[in-house]
Amino acid sequence: MAQADAGGIPTASEHEPRRKLVTADGTPLKRALQRAERRRVLAAFGLVAPLLIFLLTVFIFPIGQMMWRSVDNPQVVNALPNTLQALRGWDGQDVPGEAVFAALHADYMADQDRPRREQAMGPLGIRLNYELSAARGAISRTGRNVDTFEAPFREAFLDAHRLWGDPALWRVIQREGRPLTAAYYVAALDREYDADGNIVQRDENRRIYVSLYGRTLALSLGITFLTFLLGFPIAYYMSILPMRQANLLMICVLLPFWTSLLVRTTAWIVLLQQQGVINTLLVSVGIIGDDGRLSLIYNMTGTIIAMTHILLPFMVLPLYSVMRTIPPSYMRAAKSLGATPTTAFRRVYFPQTLPGIGAGAVLVFIISIGYYITPALVGGQSGRMISNEIARHMQQSLNWGLAAALGTMLLVGVLILYWAYNKLVGADTLKLG
Amino acid sequence: MKQRSLKVIGAGSALSLLALGAAQAAEDPVRLTIVSWGGAYTASQVRAYHEPWMEMNPHVTIINDDGSANALASLRAQSQAGNVTWDLVDMLPSDAQLACDEGIILQIDHDAMLAAAPDGTPASEDFLPGSLGECFIPQIVYSTIISFNTEMFPEDAMPQSIADFFDTEGFPGRRAIQDRPAANLEWALYADGVAIEDIYDVLATPEGVDRAFAKLDTIKDELVFWTEGAQAPQLLADQEVAFATGYNGRIFDASEVEGQPFEIIWDGQIVEWDGWVVPADGPNVDAVMEYLYFATDTQRLADQAKFISYGPARASSAPLVSTHADLGIDMIPHMPTNPDNYFSPIVLDNDFWTDYGDELRERFANWMLQ
Repeated sequence: MAQADAGGIPTASEHEPRRKLVTADGTPLKRALQRAERRRVLAAFGLVAPLLIFLLTVFIFPIGQMMWRSVDNPQVVNALPNTLQALRGWDGQDVPGEAVFAALHADYMADQDRPRREQAMGPLGIRLNYELSAARGAISRTGRNVDTFEAPFREAFLDAHRLWGDPALWRVIQREGRPLTAAYYVAALDREYDADGNIVQRDENRRIYVSLYGRTLALSLGITFLTFLLGFPIAYYMSILPMRQANLLMICVLLPFWTSLLVRTTAWIVLLQQQGVINTLLVSVGIIGDDGRLSLIYNMTGTIIAMTHILLPFMVLPLYSVMRTIPPSYMRAAKSLGATPTTAFRRVYFPQTLPGIGAGAVLVFIISIGYYITPALVGGQSGRMISNEIARHMQQSLNWGLAAALGTMLLVGVLILYWAYNKLVGADTLKLG
Repeated sequence: MKQRSLKVIGAGSALSLLALGAAQAAEDPVRLTIVSWGGAYTASQVRAYHEPWMEMNPHVTIINDDGSANALASLRAQSQAGNVTWDLVDMLPSDAQLACDEGIILQIDHDAMLAAAPDGTPASEDFLPGSLGECFIPQIVYSTIISFNTEMFPEDAMPQSIADFFDTEGFPGRRAIQDRPAANLEWALYADGVAIEDIYDVLATPEGVDRAFAKLDTIKDELVFWTEGAQAPQLLADQEVAFATGYNGRIFDASEVEGQPFEIIWDGQIVEWDGWVVPADGPNVDAVMEYLYFATDTQRLADQAKFISYGPARASSAPLVSTHADLGIDMIPHMPTNPDNYFSPIVLDNDFWTDYGDELRERFANWMLQ
């Protein structure tokens, strides 16, 4: 039995001076162990497989798709193969010659022969319009009577729409005539291509996204700090109370969690608006005059107030669970060794709460950076965040490429911040309980 | 085993053939998913179109989906996933044009697919000029108007024109406008003295855009921005603002049905259509086409005006508009197309907005943040 085994080359085992260890049924121990180990690995893998598949399908795959969309650029290549061929070597200065227009005409005619669902001119117009206003109109209006065009095509096209005589349109076609594009990222950074193909800043009055990213970042940091300011004393108080009262307080903290987000947000509208509860109270007490009502909502203040309230539990819970584990005897020891209460708090108690602060801050910050519905409802204009702009491009303008580029940049930004946090503080110090 | 299951399938298809044969008498049940804007608007469609059609065709069940606000994105997603579940969608003509360009909705042969007027005028001539689209069948004319809360102005000095809206000294108070450029830029130019027929020509030039934004700058300190249609009447009712731009149907609902003290400025009303599109590869295209033939005929369009103050998109429907079904008030004075209201309309140019919309939206967003 033992000779019938294994290990690859029989001659090698024959010359082996030491006897092999075998199990009771004669299998070499090494192999039996390997087999058992493999079984364990398989079982472990089997247990995590559902989660892995789940993450792959609902997390990794869609994010990959999103990133793909932000560079995917099939429209021009699909619609204008002949034109792109003819445009090769064009210097980008003057309107191209007859050969290019003849190719364009051929592309139009080929497109009209395709079944409607596969026609490429519609998507082409929409795509070019992202780069150059009115390009959609040029493509679609020309398409309506292009079958009546006769050579020379250059004149016919120039008559059909003024943009055909604009080198800017041809530069866009040439530049975007590749299956991958950086144009969505260029737009997402408030930049555009100039006549020589360099990336330059947009006109000042069309820049929006960079400042919106900055504001999103600042708002999220501010909200994180506010939840810390408000949450720390509550969590501390809860941690020193007897269990029964602490539980009661805990319910108060968790209550917002159990209420629908929309209900909470609407409640803030009722409270904060100019004719709302808070303003009316302040007026009736005489603190402010009737014409000096405060603008507490439909601006940045509204976003900060409502989001701080909604995200407070995410700060309080990790803080509380960390504080609960800090033995009170440490503070007593510090005091008995002569520390003032402030020093004792600063040097003994506070450092021990840091893991909770870190966890709470990371949670609140990452949740708030992608927050969407509350800023949309109470933020007015100054309280809007980048996610609102992403949603608009997803749902209204249907510019999914730009939405994907904005989303990818947000994702990368969060990852960089998390990486920096890990370098500075260390992610292993996070403590949720 | 295999043979037996084949037999069963054979019997099944024979049965369904039989059923098809009997279809004229008792048709297979059909469920149509019709997507619209929800609220009072869907309610008006249910009462004017859906209920009569289901009564005439007991085998049809109509399911309402309030998804129109994001219909364009959903339609594209359904089409790309190859799983179109919507049968009919109510949307704006500019969105319909985009969807049509993408090939995700059906092209419409208006005269072949739609009913002629009672006097025989073909559909393509009966629908109001400019309203029909390549893929779009209009139902109503609605208008975006400016309305104000009458309690916030003295009785002898009520605002009456777009110019008054831009006059913050004569008519103080905050103003709520929608957070997008369409309508607002047109009004700014109109108030700045541009003739209505020149508005879009001026707006297509960079100087014209600067001029419109400069005019908006004059009232910017008083502005509040709204996003959803329901916010405008709410802001007015709460007296958060003195003026609000809004859809005339919503303001009608708030003032006539709920009794709010709102008044509409019909000067410079921005007129636009709203209507149906048929998703390509929808589950019941034939059944939907039958429904559409009925739901867009002269009488049905006139009926819808019994329930909401939007004007019918057919010329032949206008004389048939009567009184509100529940309130009993005469609807004609509340129609955007009523001559007393239609004295200086700005017809929204959807071609302009599909061409220049992206650029102007960016500029507008930037301007709002300044």
